Amino acid sequence: MLAPPRADPTEQVLQSRGGDDGQSGRHVKDVAMTVLLAVVMLATLAVLGWVLVYVAAQGLKYLGPTFFTQNPPGNPSQAGGGFENGIIGSLIIVGMATLFSVPIGVAAAVAIIEYGGRFAAATGFVADVLVGLPSIVIGAFVYVLWVTRFGFSGVAGSIALAIIMLPLIVRATAEMLRLVPVALREAAASLGISRARTIVSVVLPSARAGITTGVMLAVARAMGETAPLLLTALGNQLFVVTNPTKPISTLSLEIFNNAITGFQAAQARAWAGALTLILIVLILFVAARLIGWRLAVTRS
Amino acid sequence: MASPAAVSDLPTDHLRGRVGYADRLFKATMFAAAGIVLLVLLCTAAFLIDQGWPALRHYGFFSFLTSSRWAPSDATPKGTHPNPYGILQFAYGTAVTSLIGMVIALPVAVAVALFITEVAPAWMRRPLSYAVDLLAAIPSVVYGFWGIFALLPALHPIVNFLISTLGRIPGVGAVFAGPFFGVSYFAAGLVLAIMVLPIVTAIFREVFATTPIDEKEAARALGLTRWEMLRTALLPRSRSGIVGAGILGLGRAFGETIAVTMVIGNSVLAITTSIFGQGATMSSVIANEFTEAVEPFHLQSLFVVAFWLLVITFVVNVAGRLVVRRTRAGLA
Repeated sequence: MLAPPRADPTEQVLQSRGGDDGQSGRHVKDVAMTVLLAVVMLATLAVLGWVLVYVAAQGLKYLGPTFFTQNPPGNPSQAGGGFENGIIGSLIIVGMATLFSVPIGVAAAVAIIEYGGRFAAATGFVADVLVGLPSIVIGAFVYVLWVTRFGFSGVAGSIALAIIMLPLIVRATAEMLRLVPVALREAAASLGISRARTIVSVVLPSARAGITTGVMLAVARAMGETAPLLLTALGNQLFVVTNPTKPISTLSLEIFNNAITGFQAAQARAWAGALTLILIVLILFVAARLIGWRLAVTRS
Repeated sequence: MASPAAVSDLPTDHLRGRVGYADRLFKATMFAAAGIVLLVLLCTAAFLIDQGWPALRHYGFFSFLTSSRWAPSDATPKGTHPNPYGILQFAYGTAVTSLIGMVIALPVAVAVALFITEVAPAWMRRPLSYAVDLLAAIPSVVYGFWGIFALLPALHPIVNFLISTLGRIPGVGAVFAGPFFGVSYFAAGLVLAIMVLPIVTAIFREVFATTPIDEKEAARALGLTRWEMLRTALLPRSRSGIVGAGILGLGRAFGETIAVTMVIGNSVLAITTSIFGQGATMSSVIANEFTEAVEPFHLQSLFVVAFWLLVITFVVNVAGRLVVRRTRAGLA
């Protein structure tokens, strides 16, 4: 890495700061910038704290054991009730989305990293672009793909979430496969083991912890998605639905629908739901990081 | 995803002779899965344009982009002029909210990433990065809900001050004009800033970490202070990475839906000049009206919005990825 052809900025700094009075000025500036960076860091943490504490304070006012065993009342202005329907719905829809997306995502990553080639490289790039695709656009796509033929349903919702999770899983898996030493693959090949057998029995198991981390982060993301579900799972039911071919409500949809009603009782439920959702996401997030951290420790 | 060829050409491949049937089947399956990833993107584009087609043909391709009035109740099965489904105000809303978000998020993200990678003591780095990543883990609907009840009331005194100062300036004052009811472009931009911050910070951390330690040590050995070292050795070579991360953050902000829908006010009839006024974005109008679209060509027009949103975010993401990827390749 050579210095850029334009005037060397290092030199400019040195020349412009001649003399002893310049010295103290430079150090004052250094301290000032360090303090500024620290203040911005603290402000960022303060925003995080503000969101978490506010949601916790509001949510704890209403959250109780019955929140998980009752459904919302028929009249949203009425107090009481819980989000059992949404919580069970979320588990069903996200569970199905995970079942759809993990095998496809891992297999696509295997094609990208283990086999390679132009087609695989294109897939890698498209996966990168898919990550940035708005989830509402994916919802509209699944609406055309599924809802126009079979109606609003849990299946449609889980397809939408699977498409959102897919590129996340492809990227996480590809990253992990790249870390598996080539020597392992060569060792397997030298024993006369086929490429397929090597991938299934040697490469994927040694990348397992990292793939699990990636899947958990993708699940956490899917848990909180709301916009695509408005167009697919719909979820206006006030009772528990377990049939995935019917519209199913989710935790995120219940939060959204109750939050925008304008009734205090409904907002109280929505806060308790928001706290529940944040806790679920945080548990997934921390667990994923712990696995990732242990992985990093064993590697070093 | 750079150079996958490293693993794909094992030196032993030619020694193995005949590749078994199961092996080929396995490979074909893996590539079929990769094909699904490609297919999703192609089908999304094709399906959206297919659904929007009747409206596009009825009103004309460009009539959507030249009007800023969205009035589904004016639509009739026959009438074609004027197009009641103008989408310019949504494009404007998406651009303004995302710009506000990026203007706030980018400098903050640079500072946070610099603090984590260069200033913080080693033991603090991992917990700090996790804390910032946590901002990305909080769901959109929670940000929207928090925005309505915690952020908007806190904004009132600040914004009223800005309206009475900046709003008085002739000319640009219109951009900061009142009245302020809470829900606004500005509120949506602030929420977007918080949501985009962790994503951009993560890329910055990666970019900053690629600065060779020799160059940083050389800068310090010349007697430069830490800030001078960051300014001369680290930031100049990270410039294209910063640009790429900014573009990717912008792409993210463009597509954000639920949180924006909850705090932007959803006014669809015209462009509101003031950033403290109410509006709508391309994604918020889809989320708001999709399941209630009953007027002629209403749903089809929403698909036109979705198609343009897809096109814009696709272009922005491809550009951002290319810049970031080139940075990485150049540094490797």
